[in-house]
Amino acid sequence: MSLIEIKNLIKTYPTGDTSFNALDNVSLSVEEGEFVAIMGASGSGKSTCMNILGCLDKPTSGTYFLDGIDVSKMSMDELSAIRNLKLGFVFQGFNLISRTSAIENVEMPMIYKGVPPEERIKRAKAALKIVGLEKRETHMPNQMSGGQQQRVAIARAIVNDAPIILADEPTGNLDTKTSIEVMEFFVKLNAVAGKTIILVTHEPDIAEYCKRIVRFKDGKIISDELNAVQKGLDSLDKVNSEGIL
Amino acid sequence: MIDFGSTFKISLRSLYINKMRSILTSLGIIIGVSAVIIMLSIGEGAKERINKDIASMGSNLLMVMSGSTTSSGVRMGSGTQPTLTIKDSEAMLKHCPSVLEVAPTVGQVQQLVYSNQNWSTTVNGITPGYMPIRMWEIESGRGISEDDLKNNTKVAVLGSTVTTNLFGDMDPINKTIRIGGMPFKVIGLLKSKGQNGMGQDQDDTVLIPITTAQKKLFGTDFPGMVKHISVQARDEESLESAQEEITELLRERHNLGKTKEDDFTIRNFTQMLETAKQASNTMAILLGSIASVSLLVGGIGIMNIMLVSVTERTKEIGIRMAIGATAMDIRVQFLVEALLLSLAGGVIGVVVGILGSKIVGLFSDMTVIISAAPILISFGFSGIVGILFGYYPAYKASLLNPIEALRYE
Ligand SMILES: Nc1ncnc2c1ncn2[C@@H]1O[C@H](COP(=O)(O)OP(=O)(O)OP(=O)(O)O)[C@@H](O)[C@H]1O
Ligand SMILES: [Mg+2]
Repeated sequence: MSLIEIKNLIKTYPTGDTSFNALDNVSLSVEEGEFVAIMGASGSGKSTCMNILGCLDKPTSGTYFLDGIDVSKMSMDELSAIRNLKLGFVFQGFNLISRTSAIENVEMPMIYKGVPPEERIKRAKAALKIVGLEKRETHMPNQMSGGQQQRVAIARAIVNDAPIILADEPTGNLDTKTSIEVMEFFVKLNAVAGKTIILVTHEPDIAEYCKRIVRFKDGKIISDELNAVQKGLDSLDKVNSEGIL
Repeated sequence: MIDFGSTFKISLRSLYINKMRSILTSLGIIIGVSAVIIMLSIGEGAKERINKDIASMGSNLLMVMSGSTTSSGVRMGSGTQPTLTIKDSEAMLKHCPSVLEVAPTVGQVQQLVYSNQNWSTTVNGITPGYMPIRMWEIESGRGISEDDLKNNTKVAVLGSTVTTNLFGDMDPINKTIRIGGMPFKVIGLLKSKGQNGMGQDQDDTVLIPITTAQKKLFGTDFPGMVKHISVQARDEESLESAQEEITELLRERHNLGKTKEDDFTIRNFTQMLETAKQASNTMAILLGSIASVSLLVGGIGIMNIMLVSVTERTKEIGIRMAIGATAMDIRVQFLVEALLLSLAGGVIGVVVGILGSKIVGLFSDMTVIISAAPILISFGFSGIVGILFGYYPAYKASLLNPIEALRYE
């Protein structure tokens, strides 16, 4: 079974008299180690899907198997534990806790995991070092640039060593240069640390970093294909393995 | 599940971030707790003081005084025209079953002289029964005896104030002092009783045999007359029957018939003090309740601020939930915040309460007794208030849905 497997997901929001399907029969599976971009027009249901993938929300119907476990039937508290251990979130708005230092923000997931304090500090420092913010440990979110804040958020997402990272428009608030920095980071996490990454973006440039692109329209998946570059690489691999070169 | 140390740290941090607000919120509890402690300490002091009065005055005590006073107390003639005699007191002891002991007393203010020192005070002519009834004890020497009464000896027992004023550090026993110009030998000294509830110095007194007083010292127009008779009833329950028996006996002995007014007055001091004790008790409870209301108001303040805080920090709650906090983690965090506010208020309140009580004790003539009970009760109450009023905001926070909370701006 795949790491992430959703089948026939429907998410219905009541709007006035009628109800509206933000997700309409969505099925998707993601294998371990994949780097997936979700694209689509505004309002197409990307965030809705991410929230369900992130166990922040529950589908109206359909099933969701995460690492072989059916999470669509879990209670909110069980979902908290799943979020804590298996998922790392990176949001468009960074979502750091204000007036709380970078290191304390990074420590937070470990607090809820029950990691002892000394260990927490050690690991938080290590995570901040990975994102290149070892000099900013005691900075408050409002003392950091957007890119730095997003890197703190990434450090927070990886600190519990969650296998999956979900990022909803992580570069949406960043300029091109910082976006590239952040994306290179994700690529590294995927390639070196083997994290499975699912990322929502509007920008084709950003999607280019990913291996697979899933497109949404009106709550449905309209295309699911390998990235062109990736495709080329794969075919190269194939050719390679066939021993032509 | 999050460990308690971390919850504590997180809560403390949040309170620290809003220092001023936290202090102001705790202020309600500080005022409440300290008010309860001060009020109860004053109440306890008043009670204690009355208890001491009862102890120093003698228990189950009635005072029968010459002269009448109407029940409303308009005609305060008691003690002015002597109508009571030693015979009356002897009759009381004999005929009133509820009476245990009597002590007829005459008294006058007299000038006391020893060498070049002089002092004027009330000289009381007493019988040997007076001392035990009125809780006087001998410090040194001896008290007035039956023989002194029989022989009209000129001996005196001095209160400590008189001793100090006449003799300073000298030992007065067997020294001769002059009372109203007449020589008296000092045979004993009284143990000090201090001030009574009205602030009178009880030690400013001299005791001499009643016979000597009547026959030799006070040039009385009414021989055998006494100023008042202290009566000790058998026990607290028999105080009222003693009062009735004495009234009946005296009316008969004084030939007052059915219509004439009493020519004597009976005061039930024990009862008066008991009443005062009850009154001060009621007062303490009343003040305590008012103070607890302010504690309650402090609790409402905490609830108010915690509700504001939950709303303000909706996003923070969403973030915490997104990265793994359970509803219980959130609830505990906010509850601990509320509890910290109220307990910090409680601790400071206890300190302020104790200091406040001490200050009241120092700068007013009220007796203040700080005992453990009010401190523990009000501190415990502050904790209960914290839990009670902190629970709802914490509960509300824990009910938040993570996505909606995250979306909150
Ligand atoms: N809580 C909600 N109540 C009602 N409708 C909602 C709610 N959340 C989302 N929707 C609707 O569901 C649809 C999908 O929303 P979603 O946020 O998933 O879009 P999106 O693809 O992420 O868009 P964007 O690119 O602008 O972020 C939208 O039409 C939105 O109006
Ligand atoms: Mg979106």
